[in-house]
Amino acid sequence: MATTSSNPKNLPGPETISRWTLANGIRVLSYTNPNVSSVYLIGLLNCGSASDPAEKLGLAHYTASMLSRGTARRSFQAFHEELENRGASLSFSCGMNDTGFRGKALAEDLEMLFDLAADSLRNPAFTPEYFERMRAQLLASLAIRDQDTSEVASLLFDQHLFPQHPYGHPQDGYPETIQSIGREDLVKFHAGAYNPDGMILVVVGAVSPEQVFSLAERYFADWLNPNHKSQTRYSLPDQPAGLIRKHRFLEDKSQADLLLGTLGPNRTSEDYLPVYLGNNILGQFGLMGRIGESVRSRSGLAYYASSSINAWADSGTWEFSAGTNAENLEKAIDLIREEIKRYVTSEVSEDELADSKSNLIGRLPLSLESNAGLANAILSIERFDLGLDYYQRYAHLINAVTAGQILNASQKYLDPDRLVIASAGPGNDIL
Amino acid sequence: MNSSVQTHTLNNGLVILTREIHTVPLVSQWIWYRVGSRNEVRGKTGISHWVEHMQFKGTPKYPINVLDQAISRDGGFWNAMTSLDWTTYFETLPSDKLEIALDLEADRMVNSLYDPQETELERTVVISEREGNENEPLFRLGEAVNQAGFSDHPYRNQVIGEMQDLQTITREQLFGHYRSHYSPNNALLALAGDFDTPAVMERLRDLYEGIPAMENGKFIPQPENTLPKNQRIELEGPGDTIYLQVSYRSPAANSADFFALTVLDSLLTGPSSLAMFGGGSISNKTSRLYQLLVEKDKAVSVSGGLQATIDPYLYDILAILPPDKSVDEALRVIDEQIERLQNELIQEAEIARAVKQAKALFAYGSENITNQAFWMGYASMFADHTWFDHFIPNLEQVDAESLKRTAQKYLRNDHRIIGIYRPRNNGK
Repeated sequence: MATTSSNPKNLPGPETISRWTLANGIRVLSYTNPNVSSVYLIGLLNCGSASDPAEKLGLAHYTASMLSRGTARRSFQAFHEELENRGASLSFSCGMNDTGFRGKALAEDLEMLFDLAADSLRNPAFTPEYFERMRAQLLASLAIRDQDTSEVASLLFDQHLFPQHPYGHPQDGYPETIQSIGREDLVKFHAGAYNPDGMILVVVGAVSPEQVFSLAERYFADWLNPNHKSQTRYSLPDQPAGLIRKHRFLEDKSQADLLLGTLGPNRTSEDYLPVYLGNNILGQFGLMGRIGESVRSRSGLAYYASSSINAWADSGTWEFSAGTNAENLEKAIDLIREEIKRYVTSEVSEDELADSKSNLIGRLPLSLESNAGLANAILSIERFDLGLDYYQRYAHLINAVTAGQILNASQKYLDPDRLVIASAGPGNDIL
Repeated sequence: MNSSVQTHTLNNGLVILTREIHTVPLVSQWIWYRVGSRNEVRGKTGISHWVEHMQFKGTPKYPINVLDQAISRDGGFWNAMTSLDWTTYFETLPSDKLEIALDLEADRMVNSLYDPQETELERTVVISEREGNENEPLFRLGEAVNQAGFSDHPYRNQVIGEMQDLQTITREQLFGHYRSHYSPNNALLALAGDFDTPAVMERLRDLYEGIPAMENGKFIPQPENTLPKNQRIELEGPGDTIYLQVSYRSPAANSADFFALTVLDSLLTGPSSLAMFGGGSISNKTSRLYQLLVEKDKAVSVSGGLQATIDPYLYDILAILPPDKSVDEALRVIDEQIERLQNELIQEAEIARAVKQAKALFAYGSENITNQAFWMGYASMFADHTWFDHFIPNLEQVDAESLKRTAQKYLRNDHRIIGIYRPRNNGK
């Protein structure tokens, strides 16, 4: 039976995670890790690429990419000298509904990370020189993306799983939309979208909670943006009505990448844990669960084959992927669909269930070993309101899931005859 | 808090390195075999890597389905890697579950089955892995550059092997490679984390002392030094991106020059870490080549690649260019910067900064148990475990004179390979 190898009270919880809300709505969480000499900082703001206008797709991503390109107070050069001279790093990223940043430094340099992060978020310069240089860099990334079989399969998948919805669009846009974005678009987007309300800040490492809170106060408490507009929410599409098969031909490729799947539960749904556990059996456990067993081990069709759950606040996807020779592509699709059919028609076995429970519970200490692992875990707790004692309750939550709950929850999402099946590589277009 | 490394040598030659670290209830075991693509002969390229795959296909005690689930059931993380000089298998898991990892590694050192049907199924998996690599322009370019970089030494081949060999290697050859190279005297076991050394050593003696040492009959290639004169390789393919790879001969990792080249690489293309499992990286925006290529709009990115190897290998500088930029101009900038390193003495402050960056990366990369065990074993493959402990002091020894001398010796513009991947028909 599933057991846990460590006392739940040794896991992060209300006794060890400190939490504080600033007057402007920023939630600050801190956790002291005495075993290391470094600190790790993550933050998340409520603005992302879901609001990109159709003709300017990539706008939010472009804006986030420009944050580390100089501020009103610091040139690009000064900014990166401060970081790199001390062996620190700070980077910005953009999601559909959020903009994030993460930084790492030796503990004595935490204040510098706060200073640079706050300066970048609040006072980006968007200088014309760096704006144009970034355009060239973004276009180069898109050129590489468009030759990458797994990226192209993923674009096709999103486009057809989320028709008429921002989630169907690439966050990094297309070459023509990047060409149509002007510097003033960034200035306007930044002024209207970046704001402290609902922002989350997590710091983990060789630092005390008092230090973290006083730095958060010093660098973020006076940030206000009364002009900000909340992001519009779009209604989500239904599950695919049937099988939607798409393929894009890419020249000179030896292998096709396959991505198929459908919508999944959102992170706060009661279906999430049963589906997450069920997916571990289906496409993760051991050498990638039943899917890996069927496609890789028993048939030798692919170097990789697995399934995964991606869950956000308002939606999620359930994705199955494999890389295979073009000749074996249809066979791999059939095998995956067969496994899906078996999975949604009968309960998983008691042995499988016990193994996967034991896997998920047993690996918790490993996922919480590093500063980054701890910070990501604490961010999830706050983001999805899971409760500060979530990881202490985790073993209990997982152990309580039954095979019947897994089947019921999975059937709501997964149907072997209602899937988007996208691939890219050798072979004629199916568009 | 971290105890020092203890070295234990069994009578069959197996070296065991242990380091107790009791900060978290985890333990990481790595077993390293001193065999990799460096030891492969023509017709059998890729065999070490394929053998690594076969080691997951079961023994009588741990049949295939049992084996691949045993570690996962206990919440462990496990995998294997094959490189130029070595093949390694590791498990990181809760410390009260260590026994399964100890037992299964000892078991598969000698008892793997190599079932003929499983061997054939794995043939297509390995071919698929190679085909996945071939999808990447940089793999194609790297493969061509390595072939130009060595006339006979197996470093000319990719670890994955040549397609023709993957199609023809037999089960008997795979099994033979396994039987001749997987023995205690050709292996090293590294263990870090939350365990009690005397108890673990008693268990390891029980598991391994009955396995005899043997003659490995390993192929040891002749090192190759100076590169031939002025080689240029041009490839074409689809897309809108130019890749420029400039490769120089690099010193063996146990050479004193390796540390100076590490600092030169940091000055040119930014600091990089040898750690494999997290720890993070530092950006390279203040490095000399980023400043002169990316900041001057001649390229969109630049990076360096230096590997710690037994024999001299290749040090690469890689630049990515939009299709309308000039390769020759990027090359001119690279040459000019290398010439400066060969002719001018670098300021102490700049060296100190590179060392500080390396220290930070080193600290980040040492913060998890998996990396701690990795480092001990990895360093032992081309030097010994003290290489890791002396890494920072050795970098601190590097001075302006040694940098100048090392740049002159290795970064030679008359003995290097220029590899270029261009978009076909100049892009669209």
